[in-house]
Amino acid sequence: MSTANHSGGFHHAHHFDSAEHQYDASKQGIWLFLVTEILMFGGLFVGYSIYHSLYPQVFHAGSKQLSVVLGALNTVVLLFSSFTMALGINYVQRGLRNKAIIALAVTIACAAIFMVVKFFEYTHKFHVGTVPGKYAYTEELSASGEKVTKVGALLAEANKLSVVEREHKLHLDETEFEHLTLLEKTKNWPLFFGFYFVMSGIHGLHVLAGAFLIFWVLLKVIKNQVGPEYYTPVEGVGLFWHVVDLIWIYLFPLLYLVG
Amino acid sequence: MAHEQHNYLNHQKGIWSWLTTLDHKRIGIMYFVAIMSFFFLGGVFALLVRAELFTPGKTLFSADVYNRMMTYHGAIMVFMVIVPGIPAIFGNFVLPIMIGAKDVAFPRLNLMSWYMLMIGAAITGSTLFLENVDTGWTFYTPYSSIKTGLGVIPMVLGVFIIGFSSILTGLNFIVTTHKLRAPGMTMNRIPLMVWALYSTAILQVLATPVLAITLLLLIAEKTLGVGIFDPQLGGDPVLFQHFFWFYSHPAVYIMILPAMGVISELVATYSRKVIFGYTAIAYSSLAIAGVSFLVWGHHMFVSGQSEFAGVLFSFITMLVGVPTAIKLFNWIATMYKGSIRLDAPMLFAIGFMFLFTIGGLTGVYLASTGMDIHFHDTYFVVAHFHYVMVGGTLMALMGALIYWFPKVTGKIYSDLVGRISWVFIFTGFNVTFFPQFILGNMGMPRRYYDYLPTFTELNQMSTFGSWLIGTGFLVGLYGVIYALLKGKEAGNNPFGGKTLEWTTASPPPHENFESTPVLTGGPYEYR
Ligand code: HEM
Ligand SMILES: [Cu+2]
Repeated sequence: MSTANHSGGFHHAHHFDSAEHQYDASKQGIWLFLVTEILMFGGLFVGYSIYHSLYPQVFHAGSKQLSVVLGALNTVVLLFSSFTMALGINYVQRGLRNKAIIALAVTIACAAIFMVVKFFEYTHKFHVGTVPGKYAYTEELSASGEKVTKVGALLAEANKLSVVEREHKLHLDETEFEHLTLLEKTKNWPLFFGFYFVMSGIHGLHVLAGAFLIFWVLLKVIKNQVGPEYYTPVEGVGLFWHVVDLIWIYLFPLLYLVG
Repeated sequence: MAHEQHNYLNHQKGIWSWLTTLDHKRIGIMYFVAIMSFFFLGGVFALLVRAELFTPGKTLFSADVYNRMMTYHGAIMVFMVIVPGIPAIFGNFVLPIMIGAKDVAFPRLNLMSWYMLMIGAAITGSTLFLENVDTGWTFYTPYSSIKTGLGVIPMVLGVFIIGFSSILTGLNFIVTTHKLRAPGMTMNRIPLMVWALYSTAILQVLATPVLAITLLLLIAEKTLGVGIFDPQLGGDPVLFQHFFWFYSHPAVYIMILPAMGVISELVATYSRKVIFGYTAIAYSSLAIAGVSFLVWGHHMFVSGQSEFAGVLFSFITMLVGVPTAIKLFNWIATMYKGSIRLDAPMLFAIGFMFLFTIGGLTGVYLASTGMDIHFHDTYFVVAHFHYVMVGGTLMALMGALIYWFPKVTGKIYSDLVGRISWVFIFTGFNVTFFPQFILGNMGMPRRYYDYLPTFTELNQMSTFGSWLIGTGFLVGLYGVIYALLKGKEAGNNPFGGKTLEWTTASPPPHENFESTPVLTGGPYEYR
């Protein structure tokens, strides 16, 4: 693979000696940017581990409430999208335009699937009341004068109903009912969901940004603005996408499996 | 001289050509205009804060207004003036020229950084009209997260965006230094200013993301009530301080390292000698950058951290003194037996060394855990960091302004005006801040609107000094306008500098050099 044999279609900027020179510089810039992304998430990971060591029970009970199946599904989707992204870059480098378009489109589709799954996870959490911090509480006070959580209120209602009615009216199956009961007994449990929503939320924003960027390079492929002699944007966006996936690879066990 | 020469200033015309320019030199000038406007605003707040403290009790406005003015003064000065200051203005202008490049590696990104600073500043500034913020520039929780108003959100969001601007500038400078050096310019031949900017850039890239996430967490705390910093929900407000200082201590070196780079250039040029200990000065910048990540805990000696942590942080903090002293001694060794010319930039350089040394030595007091219990959150701290940040960075900024003015504009900045400005700023500075060491030692707390009557005289002296500083900067501004209108033609190398920027025309052509320079030796080859 060589970037030097360009056929005149692409010109490097005036302050670089050659296309290769420009490619090297761009690549270094992208790597540095990715370092800042990792450091930013690093701050979250540090916060997470501090609180995890302070309140192991909170994180245990909280993680039980997350759906390992959905989390694993999303992990697989992202891993697969990393693969299609890599394929896309490879096809662009080899000038296989049509294949590249398919690979990139599939990658965007994976991002969409990921976000749809997240949407269902989030809405379900709003439904049962496992939301961050102060929003996990209702206005009322319990008999003992403590604040009532939304989960507590839901459970109080569920306790009046039969198992079938719970499923039907409250969309609560037995295992989830048990998990929520366990969760409700744990002091400060909303803290876990603070971390869950902030970490997965910021990651989700990155998935969205990544999808837009992939769409942007997809347009470039369609318009023949990238190809074997010039593919820096495709490769850069690809690296970004791999880092977004990588961060999820850490988030998944940390949030879903710690219990 | 008779015919109009072609340079970056007349390369294109019209305001639009400036707002869309990709030329690092023009972007440097745009930063200058923007940052000097922020500086003016921050300065007005400073004068008002000092005016309020002229007498005990109420002098001009209420305690509430005082808290807000103090917050805006600090936030503007730190995030919009001193942090971006020298790298964004002078780094942009001279770094590519000093290494013989035609531009920075990513010109578009460079322009984008400028716009991000503008957008961030606008959002932060909008809180002045929407809802004033009174947290102080450190935004400590739980006050910022639970007690005070929602204005904290846009304020912090603006700072977040400004942080992005800083990251992008740093990233650009690192790649530029790695990839765009002229033939023959090895890393051990780059000017010391470039070494300083390079080390700063590393800090900008590695430390700022932590500030970013801290501010995002604060926003999340305020909007979603996440609880991470809220003890009522199981969180810990002190964690914010750890995060904040993990960025903000390295940030003080983002503020001071570029200034040290400027001083190295000034000392070499105005002593007409080979710089003493080039390698030591260069690598001490990297050393300072490295150690600065390990000392944040010295801001939290009295926050209830363990005694062991206190001792450790105290020790590592003092280690920073070693590379700093290396620089200072090398500058002095360079001056020794040099043919020193006390032009205005050199006066600012000497002012820097004098004031920064006082600031650094008092830092050792604060770094001693026992003494910090006495000095913590008193005016002693205020005096300390003004000696380093203002006495250090702003002195260097003024020196840099006068030194590179002819290169930037083609006109000479009047040395006389520069010296008058120096006299006002230097005396005013000491009159303002030296009494604050005494006030702090006597026990006057910082960030207070009121004080005991016994502190009156020293406070009045300090306020009087602030007027002298203000006058000094106004004189400096007059010098800029005068030089632009009536300044003498500069010529390519009015001060006999040896670094590459002095080999090209003043003002430089659009692509910096007529032909790419080739280096055969190091910088500063005087004798
Ligand atoms: C190099 C330039 C320096 C700058 C720009 C700088 C800046 C600052 C700032 C802004 C603060 C106040 C933080 C606040 O608002 O609470 C501060 C405090 C402090 N500085 Fe520096 N500083 C510098 C050098 C040093 C050095 C060399 C030392 C020690 C050898 C030092 C030790 C301290 C300590 C211990 C505090 C905390 C005081 C307290 O908690 O009461 N600083 N510095
Ligand atoms: Cu510090």
